[in-house]
Amino acid sequence: MSMSARDKFGLALIAVALIALPFVLASAGTAWVRITNFAVLFVLLSLGLNIVVGFAGLLDLGYVAFFAVGAYVYALLASPHFGLHLPFWVILPIGATVACVAGVILGAPTLRLRGDYLAIVTLGFGEIVRIFMNNLSSPVNLTNGPKGINRIDPFQIGPLNFSASDTIGTLVFSGPIKYYYFLLLVLLAVIVINRRLQDSRIGRAWVAIREDEIAARASGINTRNIKLLAFAMGASFGGIAGGMFAAIQGFVSPESFVLNESIMVLAMVVLGGMGNIWGVIAGAMLLSFVPELLRYTVEPVQRALFGKLLVDPEVLRMLVFGAALVLTMRFRPAGLWPETRHRREMSENRA
Amino acid sequence: MNTVLLEASGIGKRFGGVQALKDVSLTIKSGEIYGLIGPNGAGKTTLFNVFTGLYPRDCGEVQFAGAALDLASPHAVAAAGIARTFQNIRLFANMTALENVMVGRHVRTRAGVFSAILRTRAERTEEAAIRRRAEELLHYVGIADRADDLARQLSYGDQRRLEIARALATDPKLLALDEPAAGMNATETTALRSLIEGLRRDGLTVLLIEHDVKLVMGLCDRVAVLDYGEKIAEDVPEAVRANPKVIEAYLGASAA
Repeated sequence: MSMSARDKFGLALIAVALIALPFVLASAGTAWVRITNFAVLFVLLSLGLNIVVGFAGLLDLGYVAFFAVGAYVYALLASPHFGLHLPFWVILPIGATVACVAGVILGAPTLRLRGDYLAIVTLGFGEIVRIFMNNLSSPVNLTNGPKGINRIDPFQIGPLNFSASDTIGTLVFSGPIKYYYFLLLVLLAVIVINRRLQDSRIGRAWVAIREDEIAARASGINTRNIKLLAFAMGASFGGIAGGMFAAIQGFVSPESFVLNESIMVLAMVVLGGMGNIWGVIAGAMLLSFVPELLRYTVEPVQRALFGKLLVDPEVLRMLVFGAALVLTMRFRPAGLWPETRHRREMSENRA
Repeated sequence: MNTVLLEASGIGKRFGGVQALKDVSLTIKSGEIYGLIGPNGAGKTTLFNVFTGLYPRDCGEVQFAGAALDLASPHAVAAAGIARTFQNIRLFANMTALENVMVGRHVRTRAGVFSAILRTRAERTEEAAIRRRAEELLHYVGIADRADDLARQLSYGDQRRLEIARALATDPKLLALDEPAAGMNATETTALRSLIEGLRRDGLTVLLIEHDVKLVMGLCDRVAVLDYGEKIAEDVPEAVRANPKVIEAYLGASAA
């Protein structure tokens, strides 16, 4: 595992770029830092879903449910809604645990299902969670229904408040910039965890189940437990991402957790390359940033060309999404940056 | 030698209107190669799937290594010490040969999610041991040079060997091979035969389903014959070959 000097230099360069990035973005407007933060959140979600879909091969269309669970756990424990204001480092693990339990509850009845059937059941589960959030406002007001929960506490570490700006020398650390660094740390941890899981006994068992469940069982893998583990791990990541989403946004409502979001995260995983951590990250970044770039370019371009707005950027977004997926499936069916084994499989088929 | 390893009694299995297995009892002794033959559709593979927990049985008991075998779950059967291969090779096609065998070590190792995330010393030691054992087994079955190739890229004969290596990785007491010579050419069959003989020399008990009667008769210590789900003979190969019921089952009544 030794790195060459060139690798080390490259890594250092990337690190410096990532550290400097928010300030560069901030000079173009704080909005871009926020956009980046949401992109990183989506990367976290994609990496979580990648465990379930990419490693274990279980098609999950309701993944946003765990994101929702994490977000609501944070919202309920750190907002005036119940008057609770726990610190984030207490809530995030709670959110991960609750999401993990939700993952097991979803996983348990679906263990015998595969492929399309599994997708349909998980899709239903995702919707059930959202509808629960929408309706749990009476008789006891748990979630405040469709109105959602607002005035959620930002992260606070000692005197460091993540919603306010701090100035050190000439550098202005705005709230989003602080969240950016925090997200970067979490992302780093999640990447390390993913890689280690992939190269472990459990990771091999996941892939074995994806490849041939019967052979996996006959080889002594307790497929029930190992599948539940995949659901639980994936859900935990979703829960943590959800908690951070609630804090960054300061507001959650059921609207944020619609089926579209599940599909979006799945698209990121598939587009990037199922099973390959770097591919998934690339896919998530791409699908997060391209719509934003469109939002900022489509309107001025149209106004300059036609003098008025003809196509709404939001419409284009879905068009680009669909086109990207269709093209990927046609030309790079294993994703833009596939897992090594998939890539070998594809190149071999072509030969 | 000659202690009973597996004793099945009164195994029955029905698929709808078809009685696939009817009151099958057999005894496999430690260290022997036990052949299971019979015409197509006689229930050989069904019996295999019952023994390895893939099909639930309707009735009957199996004693294995002195204890009742839990036939409800395949992984428990593997843990108890029965490993199998499949008639239609079932490898993890997009994993390397080495990884395939490493998966077989799953049941004998324990590292969980947390020790993997923390990369504890115990986990690293275990991983290294898994890898070493898998490499040994690839060497044992003679495909060490294909370790980093995907299972799907191996030749047919090598895939059969890889499946055996994966089964051996579970440290079985009984290795059950479902038609290992099916589709093999003469050279591959000869090589397979010496591999199975090597397994016996190393003290493993083998249960062998095979169509290649020559291979079975030459290799097995004892042979059982199934016909329409019933055991019609169980004896040393020469006696089985001379058994009129067996001849009838294979060639029809007029030949007997």
